[in-house]
Amino acid sequence: MSETLEKHKLSNAQIAWRAAQDIEDGAYVNLGIGFPEMVAKFQPENRQAVFHTENGVLGFGKAPKEGEEDWDLINAGKKAITLNPGAAFFHHADSFSMIRGGHLDVAILGAFQVAQNGDLANWSTGKGVPAVGGAMDLVNGAKRVCVLTDHVTKNGEPKLVDRCTMPLTGVGCVTRVYSSLAVIDVEGGRFVLREKVAGLSVDDLRAVTGGELATDGEVIDIAVPDL
Amino acid sequence: MDKRLGSLAEAVSPIGDGATVMIGGFGGSGAPIELIHALIDKGPKNLTVINNNAGNGHVGIAAMIEQGLVAKMICSFPRSSDPRVFNEKYLAGEIELELVPQGTLAERIRAGGAGIPAFYTPTAYGTELAEGKPTAEFDGKHYVQERWLKADFALIKAELGDQMGNLTYRMAARNFNPIMAMAGAHTVAQVGTLVPLGGIEPEQVITPGIFVDAVVEVSDAKQEEVLNREGAVYP
Repeated sequence: MSETLEKHKLSNAQIAWRAAQDIEDGAYVNLGIGFPEMVAKFQPENRQAVFHTENGVLGFGKAPKEGEEDWDLINAGKKAITLNPGAAFFHHADSFSMIRGGHLDVAILGAFQVAQNGDLANWSTGKGVPAVGGAMDLVNGAKRVCVLTDHVTKNGEPKLVDRCTMPLTGVGCVTRVYSSLAVIDVEGGRFVLREKVAGLSVDDLRAVTGGELATDGEVIDIAVPDL
Repeated sequence: MDKRLGSLAEAVSPIGDGATVMIGGFGGSGAPIELIHALIDKGPKNLTVINNNAGNGHVGIAAMIEQGLVAKMICSFPRSSDPRVFNEKYLAGEIELELVPQGTLAERIRAGGAGIPAFYTPTAYGTELAEGKPTAEFDGKHYVQERWLKADFALIKAELGDQMGNLTYRMAARNFNPIMAMAGAHTVAQVGTLVPLGGIEPEQVITPGIFVDAVVEVSDAKQEEVLNREGAVYP
């Protein structure tokens, strides 16, 4: 089975590409540090999303060229950014008012585990020095909370689970999961399969998914470019 | 009214052992490095430091920790490209950590400055960071009660300042600085340029001078990120 999974699974870029297709024109979006940041570069043409970063910028653009960084202009990952026309600066309490006040349309984060009731664990393995950042605020504030993740861990264990066993980031907060094998909504306390990679059956997916993987209408094959 | 001070040493002179000190900045952006280094020179002990992070490399807050000034950090993300100084002290049990979600940290500071002793937030509900805190349900949703956060001192960085303490900030270096200015009982701002009264248009003032007690000009301020890339160590 694991060889089959490897053969069919999407690359991180393809997962990010698929997530980007669901971001509507005019959306205000926060992308988590690391893998989720890739979503920005796959924004469909003729749509303008405005990207938010926790440290007080709306409307940032691409990274500057090396040597052209201004270290007063960074994102939440402490990486240098540039500004798009129409950008705005604000202080930290306003920045999290945008999040907590329900003004942000989409937050896209990574995950260690997602449970079928929407619980998310993505901040702590329980070891070493704990650090949380803005994850707990984002998952409770954004209108849609989307997770990008491999469908299983490196050891082949499901990351979509019945109940999270790792420390929680938020309760019942995840609305959609873009995994390396499927697009899955969290609805009514269960996973609902919307799209899957071609070549795997629904039962194949159930074998690598903890919790209940339901279907509700047609399940289509994910269409993504080679990336 | 004239809040200008002539030296960094004078600016940090009231900060003694056991004080709680808010320090502005997010990573290196907006971090008042020169005020922090002046505080290291003075050398108070057992400080509680409030910042988003817990220092990077061997300058700024990392240097404060390395030099033994800090007993406790209140922060959201004690991780950086070089977090060794904090990590070693933390894992050795030599420094206390109060980990606060970033938005809750910002709102606790804002509440401190606004005179609001407690508030409810959905952030951290049902997680280990809310353990032991009162909760309540409003309109069918669960919330955690969080307390205000105030400090004896706030050390912040601004771009322009005048003798009344009115301030502006440069780009994303604003971050925690305006709210910490409000929550500090005694707020000291290092400013890139001191301008004459009227040099900041009233419409452009971001932090009104009522929140600021002292202003000191540091016209050649260093950026923490640049210092770290140079491998700088303080002192």
